[in-house]
Amino acid sequence: MEAKRAGRLAQTPALLADDARKALLSTHHPDYRADAYRTLKIGPNAGDRTVKELAELLEAGSALSEPLNARHADTPLTPHEKVDVLIIGGGGAGAAAALEAKAAGANVLLATKLRLGDANTVMAEGGMQAAVNPDDSPIRHFADTLKGGHFKNDRTLLKILVEEGPSAVLWLMKLGVLFDRDEEGNLKLRSGGGTSTARLLACRDYTGLELMRVLKDEVLNQKIRTLEFSPAIELLSGPDGACTGAVLKDFDSDRRIVVQAKIVILATGGSGRLHIQRFPTSNHFGATGDGLALAYRLGAKLLYIDTFQYHPTGSVYPEPMSGLLVTEALRSAGAQLVNAPGDRFVSELETRDVVASAVIRECQEGRGVATPGGRTGVWLDIPVVDELHGEGTIEKRFPNMMRLFSRYGIDIRKEPVLVYPTLHYQNGGVQVDPQGQATVKNLLVAGEASGGLHGRNRLMGNSLLDIIVFGRRAGQHAATMAMSVEWGATTLGHLKAFEAARANAGITSDLISPMLFPDYVRKVEKATA
Amino acid sequence: MSQTTTEKPTTSLVSVEIMGKPQRVPHGITVLQAMWYSGHELIRGVGCLGGTCGACGIVYRTKDNFELRNGLGCQTLVQDGMSFSMIPHFAPARASYQMAELADPKEALFELYPEAARCVNCNACNRVCPQGIDVRGSVWCAVFGNFDQVAELTMSCNSCGLCVVRCPADMAPNLIALYARRAHGVHELKPPKRVTDRIAEINAGSYGTEWTKLQKMGDQELAKYCTDYPKPSAVK
Ligand SMILES: Cc1cc2nc3c(=O)[nH]c(=O)nc-3n(C[C@H](O)[C@H](O)[C@H](O)COP(=O)(O)OP(=O)(O)OC[C@H]3O[C@@H](n4cnc5c(N)ncnc54)[C@H](O)[C@@H]3O)c2cc1C
Ligand code: SF4
Ligand code: SF4
Ligand code: FES
Repeated sequence: MEAKRAGRLAQTPALLADDARKALLSTHHPDYRADAYRTLKIGPNAGDRTVKELAELLEAGSALSEPLNARHADTPLTPHEKVDVLIIGGGGAGAAAALEAKAAGANVLLATKLRLGDANTVMAEGGMQAAVNPDDSPIRHFADTLKGGHFKNDRTLLKILVEEGPSAVLWLMKLGVLFDRDEEGNLKLRSGGGTSTARLLACRDYTGLELMRVLKDEVLNQKIRTLEFSPAIELLSGPDGACTGAVLKDFDSDRRIVVQAKIVILATGGSGRLHIQRFPTSNHFGATGDGLALAYRLGAKLLYIDTFQYHPTGSVYPEPMSGLLVTEALRSAGAQLVNAPGDRFVSELETRDVVASAVIRECQEGRGVATPGGRTGVWLDIPVVDELHGEGTIEKRFPNMMRLFSRYGIDIRKEPVLVYPTLHYQNGGVQVDPQGQATVKNLLVAGEASGGLHGRNRLMGNSLLDIIVFGRRAGQHAATMAMSVEWGATTLGHLKAFEAARANAGITSDLISPMLFPDYVRKVEKATA
Repeated sequence: MSQTTTEKPTTSLVSVEIMGKPQRVPHGITVLQAMWYSGHELIRGVGCLGGTCGACGIVYRTKDNFELRNGLGCQTLVQDGMSFSMIPHFAPARASYQMAELADPKEALFELYPEAARCVNCNACNRVCPQGIDVRGSVWCAVFGNFDQVAELTMSCNSCGLCVVRCPADMAPNLIALYARRAHGVHELKPPKRVTDRIAEINAGSYGTEWTKLQKMGDQELAKYCTDYPKPSAVK
């Protein structure tokens, strides 16, 4: 691996031609593995394909299905809380929405599963895209993103993203987010996979952490009421099918909290912890796709739920780090992917789906490196970064990566690491309009839980921008709507219809969704006496 | 880390003590994984599983060593003879402020966090910080009003609160740092001109004609437009 480094520095694998790229994806990308998919039988997306893990959850029953039989589903539940805007999910999108809704005068409650800020947002390392450089423009950002999303992005949403990007940056800076700057006070920008110019703003490799801790601090300072450890387990509906609130589960008391709300904003993030196709994941512990299941039961249409992003460089060694992200910014800085024979096999600047497919191909065709934990991976030659940009670059720009690996005695300035694709991002989600409005009345969705903006493949750095731009928009819109929307009856009418559809389709699974957490507790077989 | 579910049984087990109770767990796993392995369901004390959220503080002792150490449960590997517990969350006194409205953030620090001036230089915070931050240094920088240096020193702080647990002056260095960082950003840095210029440009509709052109394009034409979009060097 080291022996060939000098030679490799001179090699630059060419970008693949369109046909070759398509062929590689169809033979090696997990999205193309037919046996991992099935067709949905019920709900607004009946007839569409999705991965089996998600299909099971979308068609599962609710924790409230049981008492439903005993009670009349049209009788409103007695609310414990009454708010204008209920925000479900305390990541970046939820926090941004809460701040804007509150600023617009709404009475806001934010409920979240773990603590406020325990989310995928806090983990984002690489950066956030925004077209702020003179050689860049919203149009260029639009073109790059559309290309990255295989031209399937919702163009109206995308135009808003790129046009409101610079204002989102300013909003964050005015809250005190410290993006990296150069000596002249301009933002330091990096390039990433799929960006045709440097467009990524970063806070070293702690971009999400910096965003999240500032947003959280501001949510607390604005005295927005938050309920931690209180996930939503069901949404509520009125006679016209509109969303009228949610039922939360208080983890401490196991009590159910019925919240009546004029508007509900779902900001529950992604679904990496479903371990789709048994992939490890880079996501936080609560990323179990809850928002998709909740919205689906209420009748909201989902988009692109057949495509997930497998980040090409998840760590596979040491074992406790498996799945953890090795930031793409390292590849942008010149780190090279190298197979067991010591050769480069793909341009590191291809989009994530292409690079991930190439890594899977190398491993399947016997050019991978086996780990003691039984995994296979390829090398990511990180020391090259210092060779290219001078000693100290890795230390200065990637302190988090250095620290994480150093805990296991690996010095990434001197040694390569082993990587394999990791389940990283939910490309699709709940279909929304520019205000975040789902196809169900009075239900808004923002952030990774929504779908359409990123098409079939999200570009690095567009998600952090997404959660700020569309989180804020949803918050503003919710506050405006709350001024005219009437309180609706808090019933489980939709659930009755859903249970009927399940019975009709012969679905008998006793699985309950949302999943809330993956089950990692070891099961010991009980001795039979 | 994420693969506990599919992990193969490991042959080599180590002896540890979890909250005082002896357990045998596989070698090479983290403290949080050992909790799962021994049957604990976790809701509190787990978040990102990647060392950045600070939810998983632990206190532990290694074999034949009286020293009590702290760490992150998702980042600390079990070793034979180790004894550990998760640290229950407790909330340090947190100041509330309207950052943009503070007239003199340096002065305000002493009203909001008067305890910041009580550092006795014991260095306990520096010894405990899992992120290797010069915590004590950041507290003094904050006290002296060098907020830019606080920012420089504390970028990696994940608010795990372990320094708070240790501080004999009962302060929360992480919250003081957060305050100082935000004050630096809000009061001491100017928004870059390139950002404000771009916003003005967009608001003035400078890209209007180009958008109109794009919006009229069919799928294929647009795809071609995007694919052929000139590299920046080719633009004037
Ligand atoms: C390791 C990693 C690195 C990344 N790097 C980048 C990057 O460099 N640039 C970029 O742009 N993007 C990056 N991303 C993606 C980006 O961080 C996320 O897509 C984005 O932050 C999602 O924000 P969100 O607010 O929609 O969801 P999250 O931040 O995940 O927040 C969702 C919240 O909802 C809570 N929740 C879930 N279910 C429920 C429920 N039933 N009830 C109540 N609450 C619930 C969760 O616990 C969580 O707090 C990265 C992601 C990961 C995992
Ligand atoms: S400064 Fe304190 S809160 Fe921040 S990471 Fe270090 S020990 Fe944790
Ligand atoms: S632990 Fe507290 S008193 Fe001791 S050096 Fe740190 S801040 Fe000062
Ligand atoms: S779980 Fe987030 S730091 Fe350990």
